Amino acid sequence: MRKPLIIRILSALDRKAWLALGIFLALALVAVPALHLLVPEGSPFHVSTYAITLVGKIMCYALVAVAMDLIWGFGGILSLGHGLFFALGGYAFGMYLMRQIGTDGSYGAALPDFMIFLDWKELPWFWLGSDSFGWAAFLALALPAVVAFVFGYFAFRSRIKGVYFSIITQALTYAAMLLFFRNETGFGGNNGFTDFKRILGYSITAPETRLVLFGLTALALAATLVLARWLVTSRFGRVLAAIRDAESRVMFIGYNPLWYKLAIWTLSAVLCGIAGALYVPQVGIINPSEMSPGNSIEIAIWVAVGGRGTLIGPVIGAFVVNLAKSWFTVSFPEYWLFFLGLLFIVVTLMLPHGLVGLWKQFVAKRAAARGAAPALVAKGASA
Amino acid sequence: MADDSLYLAGGKAVIIDGDQAFDAATGSPVKVPESPESLTLNNRIRGELANALAALKLFDPDRALRLESATKLQSKVDPELAPLLARALEKESDTEIKAMLTLAHAQANLGNPDPLARLAAVKALSETTSPTVRSLLLPLTQKETEADDRVRYKAIAAVKHMEQRLGFAELLARIFSGLSLGSILLLAALGLAITYGVMGVINMAHGELLMIGAYSAYAMQSFFRAVLPDYLDWYLAAAVPVAFFTAAAVGVVMERTVIRWLYGRTLETLLATWGLSLVLIQAARVLFGAQNVEVANPSWMSGGVELLPNLILPWNRIIIVGFALFVLFLVWVLMNRTRLGMFVRAVTQNRAMAGCVGVPTARIDTLAFALGAGIAGLGGVALSQISNVGPDMGQGYIVDSFMVVVVGGVGQLAGAVWAALGLGIFSKLLEGWSGAVVAKITVLVAIIVFIQKRPQGIFALKGRFVE
Repeated sequence: MRKPLIIRILSALDRKAWLALGIFLALALVAVPALHLLVPEGSPFHVSTYAITLVGKIMCYALVAVAMDLIWGFGGILSLGHGLFFALGGYAFGMYLMRQIGTDGSYGAALPDFMIFLDWKELPWFWLGSDSFGWAAFLALALPAVVAFVFGYFAFRSRIKGVYFSIITQALTYAAMLLFFRNETGFGGNNGFTDFKRILGYSITAPETRLVLFGLTALALAATLVLARWLVTSRFGRVLAAIRDAESRVMFIGYNPLWYKLAIWTLSAVLCGIAGALYVPQVGIINPSEMSPGNSIEIAIWVAVGGRGTLIGPVIGAFVVNLAKSWFTVSFPEYWLFFLGLLFIVVTLMLPHGLVGLWKQFVAKRAAARGAAPALVAKGASA
Repeated sequence: MADDSLYLAGGKAVIIDGDQAFDAATGSPVKVPESPESLTLNNRIRGELANALAALKLFDPDRALRLESATKLQSKVDPELAPLLARALEKESDTEIKAMLTLAHAQANLGNPDPLARLAAVKALSETTSPTVRSLLLPLTQKETEADDRVRYKAIAAVKHMEQRLGFAELLARIFSGLSLGSILLLAALGLAITYGVMGVINMAHGELLMIGAYSAYAMQSFFRAVLPDYLDWYLAAAVPVAFFTAAAVGVVMERTVIRWLYGRTLETLLATWGLSLVLIQAARVLFGAQNVEVANPSWMSGGVELLPNLILPWNRIIIVGFALFVLFLVWVLMNRTRLGMFVRAVTQNRAMAGCVGVPTARIDTLAFALGAGIAGLGGVALSQISNVGPDMGQGYIVDSFMVVVVGGVGQLAGAVWAALGLGIFSKLLEGWSGAVVAKITVLVAIIVFIQKRPQGIFALKGRFVE
């Protein structure tokens, strides 16, 4: 008899991975709030609001990176349009946040400011229900899922793959960006959504709200890693890897790759939507530039830097690249693009397995130097 | 008076012409007054005067003068001038002037109280093609302004007819702008099609090669301005080879240092070339500044050909279409009539087999990449003549030109040509109908649907392939 699903999911991780995950959650849920709230400002142990926002933001990015890794590293499908799903989740939740402003906007009206600016008298139909938290949360999941499913169905059915698929996803997010840039689309045009005041009635800038969002992001990231670990070690994950490596052969054996690809593709989009919904209240703004092709392709480089085909790699990559970005754009703004461009080139040329691959190489070499039998590098790192 | 030679002197109007003076009322010479006071004319009086003078010149024996005055009378005619125009019409023998006078006469007669005269005027006007006539006839289609039924119906019919013709001209104009967009797309896509066909990689920095071409044109313009100001008009002729070789050189460097090492890893190539494009954009910002630079049309490219009264084809766009055709011809010759072209086609069709029979595939890769990059550079020169030149001008073109390759099918020039022109015209037509953004989205959706039906493009290479 098969064990219940939840046991199987939880047993996908080994002891070391659980330990790492536990430390991570303890840091995010206990240590950071304590250091932020209890330790006075000015003390070297105080965790600043800036740091919390930055790390919270990067955790959202890490979640996107894991979602990207699921389809690219394990499914062999490179999407250059994941920013779209991220932004859709963000916009869906942003609608709720806009409604929570209530009459505190600069025009003091019940409608969001940009609608007053456009001289609209009532909410368009697609804003219906946007004042309910539950509906917004549902929409943040459902919208990316539906878009991804419809697009993926047509793309995978006609067996579009490789660079074709990549470029078409890029075109998709580009078209969506143009659409959202229009004021008439009804999502604030250029400026998008900003100036949020409350979430569920709590002030969005209060330290407690920030910490709750921070904790939720950490939990979401941890849960995603566990789920992903289980997925890639399950039968489903093995079929997926087989499709990545030799799609025709998988078809000859009798599998239909369409549903496997579509499932992982939609799941990946939903994860991006969750990340977007968590991102918007923490960063306080969402606008169409999140859908720009450049942003989406940057997601791929986080995964590549960390090491695709591993689950911890994307998280490491997202942290390394984004910390570098926030340091560079402050210290040497002119050189950031050079650095990013060179990162793209160097990582693809020299580090096909990313930082995780480099670390494994290093460990294997050290083991060999010590005269021990070369340690067999486990496939896939612990989550 | 229109020459500012009418002065007030001692309460009398005096015309002063050089050092002679005439009494304005009688025309008799008088003494040049000591302190003539100039009459200031406002624009309305000037306009009336110009019209009156033009009408008078209609009787001049010099044909050129008559033509000039008839042209002046096209824009605005007073009803009072009608009898004068009728007389001039009778005397006129030149057909061109006669046609113009008929028009002017009819315009003047539109205000005639006699319905028959108005009817004749409407009839005469309805046969012309000038877009201004429509606005003249419009008041006559309303019951409030035109009492006579016959005149009104005639005017309504004439306006309808005219609108049809205007719509047709607009359609032609749109097709033409689609054609010029298509030729830019063609120049961008030709290079991409060659490199994609030969190596199976998409060069995401392809748009930046366009940018390099455009900046080459800018650099040549600055160079000519500084060194050879007399020949400034010909900077473009120098820019064409410079852009080709600069872009080709950058392409060779890209291929040798990056793309070559990623052979067979197409997705990684996407990322690496994207990195290259970021570096190139930032390099352009550092070298030329983040702002757009100004690249002027040479004087022989400004202006246009008037095909219909409201359809002017600008020279720069005509020349770009011609230039694209010229480049296309050269590429066709290169691909089909030279040894290099044969090798390129062989590698496109079957790399392993081509290698077996002695084609130096690695060198062909480099050369094909250089060729593709050079063509993109040429596209950049063309682009510099019709749009802004800035560091990130190339970014929008990679998706568009890849779409051309996808729709056209890989490995055939004909596919790229039809796809480029078709996409250009289709998107311009849609733009006129639904706005630029919706048009762009519709085109993308149409392409996605198209790939469902024909994943190998319009023109597919025939053969038995397995991945």
